[in-house]
Amino acid sequence: MELAPSKPFRLTVFGAWLAILFLTLPFAVVFPVSVTPHRYLSLPDGTWSSRHYQTLIDDLTWISSIGDSLIVATGSTLLAILLGTMTALACWRISTRASELVRMAMLAPMIVPSIVHALGFYQVWAQLGLLDTYAGLIIAHAMKGTPYVVISVSAALANVDLRLEQAARNLGATALQALWKVIIPAARPGMLAGSVFAFALSWDELVVTLFLTSRNVYTLPRKIWDGIQDNINPAIAAVAAILIVLTAVVMVARILLARRQARLATASVEP
Amino acid sequence: MTADMDAQTRRVYLVLLLAPLVVLAFVYLYPLSRVLWLSVTVPTPGFGNYERLLTSSAIQGVIWTTVRICVLTTMLALVIGYAIAYAAVHLRGWRGELLLFFVLLSFWLSVLIRAFAWLTLLQSRGVINTWLMDFGLIDAPLALIRNEFGVVLGMVHYMIPYAALPLFANMRGIDPRLVPAARGLGAGPVQSFLKVYLPMSLPGLISAGILTFIFSLGFYVTPALLGGGKTLMISEYIAVQINDTLNWGLGSMLATTLLLSIFALLAVMSIFVDLRKVFGVK
Repeated sequence: MELAPSKPFRLTVFGAWLAILFLTLPFAVVFPVSVTPHRYLSLPDGTWSSRHYQTLIDDLTWISSIGDSLIVATGSTLLAILLGTMTALACWRISTRASELVRMAMLAPMIVPSIVHALGFYQVWAQLGLLDTYAGLIIAHAMKGTPYVVISVSAALANVDLRLEQAARNLGATALQALWKVIIPAARPGMLAGSVFAFALSWDELVVTLFLTSRNVYTLPRKIWDGIQDNINPAIAAVAAILIVLTAVVMVARILLARRQARLATASVEP
Repeated sequence: MTADMDAQTRRVYLVLLLAPLVVLAFVYLYPLSRVLWLSVTVPTPGFGNYERLLTSSAIQGVIWTTVRICVLTTMLALVIGYAIAYAAVHLRGWRGELLLFFVLLSFWLSVLIRAFAWLTLLQSRGVINTWLMDFGLIDAPLALIRNEFGVVLGMVHYMIPYAALPLFANMRGIDPRLVPAARGLGAGPVQSFLKVYLPMSLPGLISAGILTFIFSLGFYVTPALLGGGKTLMISEYIAVQINDTLNWGLGSMLATTLLLSIFALLAVMSIFVDLRKVFGVK
């Protein structure tokens, strides 16, 4: 028997859509502001201009900050995938109290507030001469990204039978071959999902960046932050508009890709 | 479990386990321990910095502001996130998917862009004040930022996806036939929700609440931009100690206090829920 939606349910759904408006409408404001003809933050009054988008191309600091962000996010993602996947693989196979403790330790950077480890990095990086270097920021961001890789690879391995490894060994594979040819392919979807998190985290990271860099490494969030602090420039609205569209496009592409894969998977099962 | 491994396998997996741990120890745990160490050695050895927690009214004010904002943020984000998750689970077809899409979109969007959008809307010459004045509803701009209102608004906006997504995962695991069964047995919609559904979603609420509260406690960007230096939360206060007054003793003491409070909260929460589930490794 199907019950008609109750009044409280309809109210909840209404509330949920209101909440979605609250979540998304503030983002909508950056689009009109980004085409304002004025030099200051304002809504366009009748006329519009692309001057703030032009600024992004003409002002080389915007381009170079995007480059720096790409370098740091790529480097830290690779390092996070390496460390996170190693941990998740080992915990999957070993699965003792000790390995669980190691896994919890690897998750720490997710729980520790940014400001706390920012102070620690600053102290030690100053001694090591890593302040304001790509390597210094990449290592710090990789530490923050690793927990997300540990989690997503662990999730991918949760349904992989331990006997798979033994079967590969019985068929003559060395432990390394079994790992490389059997286990890691099973972990790959988790590695991919984790790397998306690690990349996005580094791309958007500000607090640690504020402490560890000054002029030499100048990322996009830093540039936006400085822009907001000095005088709020509509060029930031143009950057924001581009990033919002980019995020939406990537998300839609991921959904379409997942649908296509699901269709292919069902098609291949059916004769 | 290691008993079933031969020597070769054990070697390979021990390396996989220990190599990342060594890296973590050198470039993460060591720097963290330096913060703890500084808090009891600078400017003089001892617990002098920690005495300030009891004596300084400025510090107590910051801590109180932080706790108040975080409790309010967590409660609002949980209520709103609960409604979204409930609707997303129970709406059929594309409507539920669309709700979830917007939550995820908001989840992935940059924290700086969010704060920037709110600044554009809320500042004294911002969109909302301009509109209200154009329509003649107010004479002078309302103070919507540089106060707790702006900070809580921005933080709730940021935290809703963090509350909604774990709640959604939890609710999808609840048998959808339970509430209709309760209704069939004569319970009203509100009663069957309160007595059947809410208790079953409680673990999800607790997990989502912990995540939201802990992330709120250490929040820096949104309070700094929307609080405008007037409403100070602990993260920003710590940054001010280090950058402006070079007061490493006080800064590291507050950082340590923040860290230990979070671990204490987690320890208390681990009595009620499996933390490994909260953080998604089980």
